[in-house]
Amino acid sequence: MEAQGASARPVVEISLTVNGRPHTLAVEPRETLLDLLRMRLGLTGAKLSCDVQVCGACTVLVDGLPVSACTYLAYEARGRQVLTIEGLADGEGLHPLQQAFIDHAAFQCGYCTPGMILAAKALLDEIPRPTTDEIKHYLRGNICRCTGYKKILEAVLAAAETMASRHG
Amino acid sequence: MTEDRETTLEVVGRPTARVDGTDKVTGRARFVSDVAVPGMLETRILRSPLPHARIRGIDVSRARAVPGVAAVLTGADLDGLDPYYGVAYKDQPLLAIGRVRYEGEPVAAVAASDAVAAEAALERIEVDYDPLPAVTTLDEALAPGAPLVHERLRPAGHFRDLRALRPVEGTNICHHVRRTRGDGARGLQRAEVVVEDVFTFPAVQHVSLESFVSIARWDGDRLTVWSGTQHPFPVRKELSEIFGVPAHRIRVIAPLIGGAFGQKCYAKYEPLAAALARAAGAPVRVWVSVTDAFRTLTRHPARIHMRTGATRDGRLVARVVRAWLDTGAYADVGPRVAGKVAYLSIGPYRWEHLDVEAFAVYTHRVPAGAFRGYGAPQAEWAGESQLNRLAAELGIDPTELRLRNLLGQGEPYDPTDRPIDGDLPALLRAAARGVGWETPPRPGRGRGVAVGVKDGGGAHSVSASLVRLHADGTATVHVGSVEMGQGPRTVMAQITAETLGLPLEGISVQEPDTDLVPYDQGSSASRSTALAGTAVHRAALDVRRQLLEIARRFFEAPPDVVTLAGGAARAGGRIATYAELIAYHFGTPGGELIGRGEFHSGERDPGAPGPTAFWELGAAAAEVEVDAETGAVRVCAYASATDAGRAINPQLCEAQDQGAAVQGLGHTLFEEVRIEGGQVQNAGLIDYRVPLADDLPPTFTAALHQDGGGPGPFGAKGVGEIGIVMPAPAVAGAVAAATGARVRDLPLTPERVWRALRAADGA
Ligand code: FES
Ligand code: FES
Repeated sequence: MEAQGASARPVVEISLTVNGRPHTLAVEPRETLLDLLRMRLGLTGAKLSCDVQVCGACTVLVDGLPVSACTYLAYEARGRQVLTIEGLADGEGLHPLQQAFIDHAAFQCGYCTPGMILAAKALLDEIPRPTTDEIKHYLRGNICRCTGYKKILEAVLAAAETMASRHG
Repeated sequence: MTEDRETTLEVVGRPTARVDGTDKVTGRARFVSDVAVPGMLETRILRSPLPHARIRGIDVSRARAVPGVAAVLTGADLDGLDPYYGVAYKDQPLLAIGRVRYEGEPVAAVAASDAVAAEAALERIEVDYDPLPAVTTLDEALAPGAPLVHERLRPAGHFRDLRALRPVEGTNICHHVRRTRGDGARGLQRAEVVVEDVFTFPAVQHVSLESFVSIARWDGDRLTVWSGTQHPFPVRKELSEIFGVPAHRIRVIAPLIGGAFGQKCYAKYEPLAAALARAAGAPVRVWVSVTDAFRTLTRHPARIHMRTGATRDGRLVARVVRAWLDTGAYADVGPRVAGKVAYLSIGPYRWEHLDVEAFAVYTHRVPAGAFRGYGAPQAEWAGESQLNRLAAELGIDPTELRLRNLLGQGEPYDPTDRPIDGDLPALLRAAARGVGWETPPRPGRGRGVAVGVKDGGGAHSVSASLVRLHADGTATVHVGSVEMGQGPRTVMAQITAETLGLPLEGISVQEPDTDLVPYDQGSSASRSTALAGTAVHRAALDVRRQLLEIARRFFEAPPDVVTLAGGAARAGGRIATYAELIAYHFGTPGGELIGRGEFHSGERDPGAPGPTAFWELGAAAAEVEVDAETGAVRVCAYASATDAGRAINPQLCEAQDQGAAVQGLGHTLFEEVRIEGGQVQNAGLIDYRVPLADDLPPTFTAALHQDGGGPGPFGAKGVGEIGIVMPAPAVAGAVAAATGARVRDLPLTPERVWRALRAADGA
C-alpha cells in the first residue's frame, strides 16, 4: 500500500436513488455515504460531527430507516432509496416537521437539525402519535448541544398533531 | 442616546421566526464546513503523544513523497513568520517549535489533494522526542522548583484589561488578581458562624457539533480566511501580526457556525490554515475532528478554597477566597478567567469584608480558554454551594438566607462598578416557585436553589454598524455579529425593522466579513444583542433621521407631524414610500441612505463607574431524587428565571436560557474531560457524555423577566451565559437537602454521591 495515490485507488460502480433521483457512481470501498452525498452530489444538508455514529448529525434515511451516514458505506446503499433533508420538503411546501421546527425555535445553530428532523420523521413514520417519553427515547441518538431539547420535543409533538389531523 | 419616539413596539418583543429558519430546516444553510473553495486541499495535523518533550528532529521526507501531498509543515518551517499567537500572552506557536507542552499539541501538518492522501502522509512523519518532566496537575505546577511551562512570557497587548498582566516570576503562575474590601481575616474572626470548603470544577469541553473549520486562500499578497470564528476582527489582527500583512489585505469571513460556546473565540486554527495554504500554494481547509477539539481547548478546571462568615441570624459578614485555575500549556484567556473568578466569587450580596484572590496557572495540559460564562460557573459553584451549606448550618431556608442578603436593584456590586440592574429577589422567588418551593417535596426528594450573576458584555469593547436603505425601500444591515445559533441576524433585523418601520422581509443582514462589515469586537460575553445591537440601533436611527428630514422637505411639513411606518412616511393624510423619498432626495430613482452607528465601552459618561456593560442575572431551583444504593442523581424538576432587560425576541432568549441550563446540567451530572498524567482519557463523543434528549428533566421551565434595565436597544441585555451558572449549585444543594450528602467536586457522579452518602451517614 506504499505510495497510495489519490487517483490510483480502486473503485466500484453502484446505483442508488437519492431524493427520488437515480444516480450511478463509481465509489471507493471505504467511501462513506456521507462523503458521497456531500462531496459528490453537493448535498451538504447532512452534517459531519462526531464521525463515530454517536451524534446523529449525519442522519439520513435509507429505505425509510435512519442511518449514520458518517459510518455507513456508500457501497451499502447500492440499490436503495436515500432521503436527505434536501428531499424532505415538497417543492416550496415545507414538511410539517420542518414547519414545526421553525415555529417552535427548535434549533439554534441548526447543525443538528437536518439529522434531528429526519430521525423525527422516522419516528413519526413508525409511531404517528408518540408520547414525550417515546420522543426523548427515540432521539437519544441525536445530540443537540444548543437547545437543551425542550423545544425539539415540542416541535415533534406539534408536527405529529399536524400530520395526524391531515390524515383525518 | 435618546429614543426619538415612545410608541408601542411592532416587531421587538413579538413572536418572530428566525430569519435563518427556512434555510436551517431544508439543508440550504451554508455552514463554514459547507464552504468549498475551488482547488481547496484537505489537511491533517500530527499531534504530540507526550505532555512535555524536546523535539530532537522531525523527518518528513517520506510524507512529502506521498502522491497528492502539496505541503508538509513543521515548527522548523515557519521562517519569516512571527509564529506565536495568543490573546493574553503570545505564547502559543502555530506548530510546536523545538518543544511540545501538552499531549495533543500540533507538531506537523500536511496539505494534500484529499484526506486519504493527507492521512497517508501523516503516518509517514517521524518525530524524535526527548521526554521531559511534566507538570500535569495544579499541585505539580505550583510545587516549589516545578519545571516551568514557559520560561519567558510575551504579553500580547490586544486588550486593555489584559495589559495589566501579573505573572509571578519564576513560577507557573501567569496571572493573579486580588480584591479586598474591609479586612477579610478579621471579618471571619468576628463572624458567629464560618463555613470552609474546597470546591473543584472539572475540565469540560464545548462539544460544538461543528468542530473547528478554517479555510485559507492567498491571492498574491492578499489572504482570505473563512472560519468558524466568534471573532473575525481579532482573528484578522492576529493573522496580520503573524504574517506581517496589513489589515486591509486580510479578509476574514464567518459563515454560519455549528455551535461555538466560547471555543471559537480568538485565533485557533486560522494561522495554521494560512501557513499551510502559503506553503502549498493553494487554498486549504483545516477541519479538526470533534475528538481533536478535546485536544484544542477546555473550560478551566478550578480549585477554590472558600470561607464564608455570617451572623447567627443569617447576615453575611465576610468571605475569603483563594482560587486556582488550570490554564493548561497556553494562557489563552486564562488571565481574564482568573479575574472573573476573583470578581464573581464575591456573589451579589452585601458584604463588609472580602479578600478574594485567583491565580491562573500553566500546566502541561490541553489549554483552557473561553467557555460560556467563563469564570462564573467555577466561582459560583463554590459561592452558591457554600451559601447552601451555610443555610443548612444556620437552619435557615436557603432562599430566605439569600433574600436577606441579596443586592437590590441599584445597589453596587462593587463600589467602582455599575450597580445591579435587575431584580434578583424577584428572579429567585420565581425560580423557587417554579419547583413548588412553598410546599414540601415528596419524601426522598430534595430541593436546592442558586442565584447567578455575571458581568456581561465584556470589558472595553467596540462595535460599529452601517444600515443601508436602498432605493427600493429595503435595507441591508452591516454588522460583525456572528451567527452561531444565538440568533443575531434575526435580532439585528428586528431592531432595524422596528426603528425604520419596515417589514422584516424587507431587511437583509450581511454575513460577517471583515471587508464588508465595520469593526466588531466579537460575538462573545453575551454582547451581540445589547452592544453590537446598540450600534445597529444607532445606525438605523441615523437613517431614520435622514428619512424624516427628507420627508419634511417632501411634504413641506414640520418634522413632528411626519410618521414612519410600513415602509412609508405619512404627514397630514399624505403618504410617500421610502423609495419615493429616496428618488425625490437624489433626483433620480437611485442612491441610498446610509446610517452609521457605533458603540464603545468608553463612551459612558466619565462619572459612570466600572467596566461592566450590564449584569446578567438569573436564579434557578432544582428538585432531585437520589438513589441511595447507587448514588445516581435524577433531576425531576428544574426551573430558571433570567433577566433579559427587554427581550427583543422572547423565544430566542428563552432558548438561550434552556440551552445553557442543559449544558450546565451536563457539567453538573457527568461531563468531565479526564486527564491523567497529561493524557486526555476520554476525547470524543464515545467516551465523553453530553446531555441527550432523555436527560431533560421532566419538569423544565425558563421564565424571562423584563425590567428594561439593560443598556441595549429598547432596554435589552445579553442572556447567553447566565443559565449555565446555576445548575451545579442548585442541583448539589438539592442532593444535600434530599440526603444530607454534600459533594464539593463536580460532576456529581454516582460514585461521588455514594461516597458522600456514606460520609453523611457516618457523621
Ligand atoms: S457524524 Fe455521524 S453520527 Fe456523528
Ligand atoms: S441547534 Fe446547534 S446542535 Fe442543535
